[in-house]
Amino acid sequence: MATIDSKIPKGPLAQKWTNYKNHQKLVNPANKRKLDIIVVGTGLAGASAAASLGALGFNVLNFCIQDSPRRAHSIAAQGGINAAKNYQNDGDSVYRLFYDTIKGGDYRAREANVYRLAEVSNSIIDQCVAQGVPFAREYGGLLDNRSFGGAQVSRTFYAKGQTGQQLLLGAYSALSRQVNKGTVKLYTRYEMLDVVIIDGRARGIIARNLVTGEIERFGAHAVVIGTGGYGNTYFLSTNAMGSNGSAAMQIYRKGAYFANPCYAQIHPTCIPVHGDIQSKLTLMSESLRNDGRIWVPKKKEDAEKLQRGQIKATDIPDEDRDFYLERRYPAFGNLVPRDVASRAAKERCDNGYGVNSTGLAVFLDFKYAIDRLGKDVVAARYGNLFQMYEKITDQNPYEVPMQIFPAIHYTMGGIWVDYELMTSIPGLFAIGEANFSDHGANRLGASALMQGLADGYFVLPYTIQNYLADQIQVPRISTDSAEFADAEKGVKDKIAKLMSIKGERSVDSIHKELGHVMWEYVGMGRTKEGLQIAMKKIKEIKKEFWTNVFIPGEANSLNTELEKALRLADFLEIGYLMAIDGFNRNESCGGHFREEFQTPEGEALRQDEEYSYVACWKYTGEDSDPELLKEPLDYEETERKTRNYKN
Amino acid sequence: MDNTINITLKVWRQRGPKEPGKFETYELKNISTESSFLEMLDVLNEQLVQKHEEPVVFDHDCREGICGMCSLYINGQPHGKDAAVTTCQLHMRRFNDGDTITIEPWRSAGFPIIRDLMVDRTAFDKIMQAGGYVSVNTGGIPDANAIAIAKPIADEAMDAASCIGCGACVAACKNGSAMLFVSAKVSQLALLPQGKVEAAKRVKAMIAKMDELGFGNCTNTGACEAECPKSVSISNIARLNREYLCAKFKD
Repeated sequence: MATIDSKIPKGPLAQKWTNYKNHQKLVNPANKRKLDIIVVGTGLAGASAAASLGALGFNVLNFCIQDSPRRAHSIAAQGGINAAKNYQNDGDSVYRLFYDTIKGGDYRAREANVYRLAEVSNSIIDQCVAQGVPFAREYGGLLDNRSFGGAQVSRTFYAKGQTGQQLLLGAYSALSRQVNKGTVKLYTRYEMLDVVIIDGRARGIIARNLVTGEIERFGAHAVVIGTGGYGNTYFLSTNAMGSNGSAAMQIYRKGAYFANPCYAQIHPTCIPVHGDIQSKLTLMSESLRNDGRIWVPKKKEDAEKLQRGQIKATDIPDEDRDFYLERRYPAFGNLVPRDVASRAAKERCDNGYGVNSTGLAVFLDFKYAIDRLGKDVVAARYGNLFQMYEKITDQNPYEVPMQIFPAIHYTMGGIWVDYELMTSIPGLFAIGEANFSDHGANRLGASALMQGLADGYFVLPYTIQNYLADQIQVPRISTDSAEFADAEKGVKDKIAKLMSIKGERSVDSIHKELGHVMWEYVGMGRTKEGLQIAMKKIKEIKKEFWTNVFIPGEANSLNTELEKALRLADFLEIGYLMAIDGFNRNESCGGHFREEFQTPEGEALRQDEEYSYVACWKYTGEDSDPELLKEPLDYEETERKTRNYKN
Repeated sequence: MDNTINITLKVWRQRGPKEPGKFETYELKNISTESSFLEMLDVLNEQLVQKHEEPVVFDHDCREGICGMCSLYINGQPHGKDAAVTTCQLHMRRFNDGDTITIEPWRSAGFPIIRDLMVDRTAFDKIMQAGGYVSVNTGGIPDANAIAIAKPIADEAMDAASCIGCGACVAACKNGSAMLFVSAKVSQLALLPQGKVEAAKRVKAMIAKMDELGFGNCTNTGACEAECPKSVSISNIARLNREYLCAKFKD
């Protein structure tokens, strides 16, 4: 059995990263120019990595599937980015950000990685301000902060409700500068379809030009995957339509471990599903929970009347409203972590207290904030979110409460990486949401932006040099080798097979079927039996896909149906991985809630003795189950406790 | 239960940039008024695929109005008739039963058609690469609170920075001008102390690139501002002109 080496540096937690940097190998400027690095993805992680590596002098090839790097889905993050600046003098520190993140992740993340994340968080804010990111400011001219779930301090920096957009545009501008300098070459509307391994090292990729359909080869000394998460396995999620897990699955099939696939985050504040032609779910920022109060009726008859449309929310007096988060979790109230808030909403709706026609929604009410602060202040804080909500639902949240329900939002699981962000394949790195490393079983709000930029600006540009220092004698990678030819042939054969099926089903119709199974059995509440059903059904859907899908058009031309089919082929594999991982993990932790394992109050019940490990899944072949390898999680600094947000 | 409507679509179909295009007519029945415009197009494409025909190609991604990918010219207006929204945020409740809806791609010399409703907007990336940044490397940066910035200035920079780079301003302009897009980035960075240092160099480089790529000039019709899904103000164009003139006088 292979052993897992996470390469965590020795020494006290707070000195590990400093010690690492002091002793790692570096590449001198003259040699950097001779080294090529492929970065796949232009989100916060990919763009910041490509820009930083280019600025250091490496020769970078940067790929994205959209028409411009600025479209990556990081752009849609609304609420904010955490950092341990303690500008508010409210007791924050690097240690406290570390501790909150470890606790928020339900003690399933690596201490050393999380501490490093908290340590570099402050530099991210400095970097972004220097780039001209227009963060919100106080009247005195200094930066403003807001609160987010799972923390008792205000450490979240924000730019209206468009923080992800502004941070991404900052990284995109840094990237554009490097393109202008010639250190980064952009390949837009290109999709990676395989990684090329030569003598055990990642040496390039095979990519499809999405405009011409041509399959092309690209060589490099190292390959970095920053392609985001796999939330679209569920068909309906808050992810963009093009977000996919295919790059992760390609490298998984070549030997990179897939870690903790079952950890998926269900975000509590999304706009409820409206019908069966819906294409995606829209998130309403967690920042709304700063001032919005979540409630359902106390009386079931009121809920039933709401469901039938006989009364409105405003007809229910305050004393008949159940502010269930404030009732159950007095210390954190509406600002409990996302997994806790989502399950609490599900619990109320499962018991018949849902407030819309499907019974699958709760209220998020701003009446109290407007009474307390005035409409102008609320509009200044959340105006663009309210506008977005009104455009979608045709309801005015200044007058009636928003209706919200949980939806799939983020995947904590991902490609396994060591402390250097290198996968189990030498020379192949994974950054941002694509890796598994920092959020454990549940990610706190405003931490995804922090992690993506930490990896891209301040971690990878160091750690990749420790690998590349040994590669300075390796000449530019030729793409004429047998390994490139084999990988290209594999891609072409797969496409030819898909095109030749000529069945009766559209890609989307099969994807929706997968999504229903995932939401039903691998969603907010999972059981042993349900996960077994999921595995069986996913195999059936996979068979249906490979025998009955229909793709119109040609392979060697622009073909959006073929793009979707290639991604769905991988979602089917990921769905199965998520189910088998969830089946294996006989405990509840963070985003993974197994109904058999809960406290009498309905809280997640971890099984630390047995499951305090990272589940690393190793590919063993197309038709066999993957092999499970375990990376034990040693907690040196923090004492593992049952998470408590009550007092 | 949702209300539904029946509609007729006239959709521009064009195989490639050099090939002739034409309108195709499609009838759609029972479209939920709760669905978005792009979900309506999903229904059309699902029906086309069922008939083993090629779907209509259009750009789209986040479907929440922020990525700037969607780009349809609907009944003669970029992003349709609803104010301050992108196409993905336009909902079918804005249409009536029996409506005929004409859908075209952005039409501008700066944005060649790739296929059907999909256009090539890499010109915007090229303008950004010419100077749409502050020249800082990663690291070695002073503390974020080292320079205080007055809130009204920061807010104004944020408003300019809210541009999503969709290109509706170019599509709406009779001159095919990219001035609103360029002025939004120039303004954001010229307002902030971090961006002021190289403001003159930036504005000259971005304008030169914009001219080189074949975008037209501004004649102050205001169509760009009216159609901008993020309501970016044309006062930014005034600032752009000011910045440009000052930079040129210094030469």
